[in-house]
Amino acid sequence: MSEPIVRIEGLTKRFGEVPAVAGVDLEIARGELFALLGGSGCGKTTLLRMIAGFETPDTGRVIIDGQDMTGVPPHKRPVNMMFQSYALFPHLDVAGNIAYGLKREGVARAEIAQRVAEVLSLVKLDGLGSRRPAQLSGGQRQRVALARALVKRPKLLLLDEPLAALDRKLREGTRFEMVRLQERLGLTFVIVTHDQEEAMSMATRLAVMNAGRIAQTGPPHELYERPASRFVADFIGIANILQTGARRWLALRPEKIVLTSARPATAHVATGQVIDIAYEGDRSLYRVAIENGPVMLVAAMNVARAHGSAHRRGDTVWLGWSDDAGQVLDE
Amino acid sequence: MRLVIALPFAWLVVFFLLPLVLVLGLSFGTNSPDLAPPVELGLNLASFRLLFTDDLYLAAWLSSLRIAAVSTFGALLLGYPMAYAIARARPQLRPLLLTLVILPFWTSFLIRVYAWMGLLAENGILNQFLRWSGLVRNPGTILGTEWAVHLGIVYAYLPFMVLPLYSSLEKLDWSLLEAASDLGAKPLPAFLTVTLPLSLPGIVAGCLMVFIPAIGEFVIPDLLGGTRTLMIGKVLWDEFFTNSDWPLASAVAICLLILLVGPIVIFQRHQQRSLERT
Repeated sequence: MSEPIVRIEGLTKRFGEVPAVAGVDLEIARGELFALLGGSGCGKTTLLRMIAGFETPDTGRVIIDGQDMTGVPPHKRPVNMMFQSYALFPHLDVAGNIAYGLKREGVARAEIAQRVAEVLSLVKLDGLGSRRPAQLSGGQRQRVALARALVKRPKLLLLDEPLAALDRKLREGTRFEMVRLQERLGLTFVIVTHDQEEAMSMATRLAVMNAGRIAQTGPPHELYERPASRFVADFIGIANILQTGARRWLALRPEKIVLTSARPATAHVATGQVIDIAYEGDRSLYRVAIENGPVMLVAAMNVARAHGSAHRRGDTVWLGWSDDAGQVLDE
Repeated sequence: MRLVIALPFAWLVVFFLLPLVLVLGLSFGTNSPDLAPPVELGLNLASFRLLFTDDLYLAAWLSSLRIAAVSTFGALLLGYPMAYAIARARPQLRPLLLTLVILPFWTSFLIRVYAWMGLLAENGILNQFLRWSGLVRNPGTILGTEWAVHLGIVYAYLPFMVLPLYSSLEKLDWSLLEAASDLGAKPLPAFLTVTLPLSLPGIVAGCLMVFIPAIGEFVIPDLLGGTRTLMIGKVLWDEFFTNSDWPLASAVAICLLILLVGPIVIFQRHQQRSLERT
């Protein structure tokens, strides 16, 4: 593997008594779309702001493209950030916003005009260069913010909750657009998000953060199918976490369990009563109270069109799963 | 309900419109020292003619403009860092700092100007200190010069500069400065391209709030300035009380009013526009 674009070593940051980032080591490879995923207050934004240079680490180093960034102010770092609020300059028009960073570099006027036009067409905002940010829709503003960061051709683009301010429909379309853009430009993106669906669907690799630490790093399917801890198993998707020993648990995804009326021929079986059903259209989620056991969640596709869910509340049902259906955890 | 509306109107008519009409009437009168009051009403344009022919009045007017402009600039230079520091202070601390800015208003304006006389006089506190400390053996006297007038105006009107500046800086989204820095702007260019243009409404409001009253200022040039400090407010006072020329004093007042209408209109337009924007 070639030299990573970002290497983070033993990074910590406290705000007063509260540790926001408590010892993070991380490597991000060139061309990755890397996501930092976690709930609010997990330290993901502070970590991103330390990469950008807005926060100074208490200990540890950030190395970008082989260069130690300790003591380097934000305006001298080869990274650009897209802010959650977009932070567009209200007194400048769209072209002025995008040209801002190029002017600071002292790029010639003709080249600025050309690069602004290029990036405007890249984000599909041709012809809107003379609008003020206040005259744009939320989706257009988001793309101006993206264009303003992209036009600088940074080695690394940091995106703080880039889709959070968009409505749901727009968010899904924009997700794919951003991934396509990232692949086309071959840039490295680091996205901070609290939305696991967003992180899972966009990222090539992601890190789940909890209480200032990285709980697990890996590609989306690995985090989903092979969580390393009960926290990750519970945080990503839905999991039944069954205690199987003193410090041993089994994390079992609802869709890895078969739900039948008769006893199934799987390696593991359990029986219980349906106590709740969440009908979601394509599938139904059943809460089953196991006899002398916990309540388990089971998902079943609604293959038949005739009725809603295949089982009714109060039905006695059988659950079955194979030996390798779940992940064995010891923390 | 009607009474509630009528009362302020009546107040304005009796104490604002009526005196204004009186002054306007007086300005067209003829100075008659034998009468009491020393005016013969009529339609005499002599006072206005004198205003435009005698160089004293033009000189006084230009000097007022210059003193007001320099003092406004001084207040801006001093007020901007203050407002900036208050806007960036911890939110719990800001009310206290703002109170400190307006604290001088709790003492009478006149007393504060007298205090400056005590500070700046030949044997005043400042010179005593300079001699005692040995920094300057023969310090000059600031009192009685135009510098003292500038100092007095900057001191007296500084809160009027700080408050509008603070209100526009306080609304500034600081993430814009982070964005500027992220895009490669060093601190000074970031200030000049982001903070300054976005605080322009506060700068205009603050400057006009100092400039407009400073032009007509009388007490400060009278008490702190020397005999050579020429300001239109002082000229007005002299015509009225020293020369007892009521028509001329009234004509000066009317001209001052007309000349101030311009900046006041700009100020009000500006206020309205910033209100519409928010």
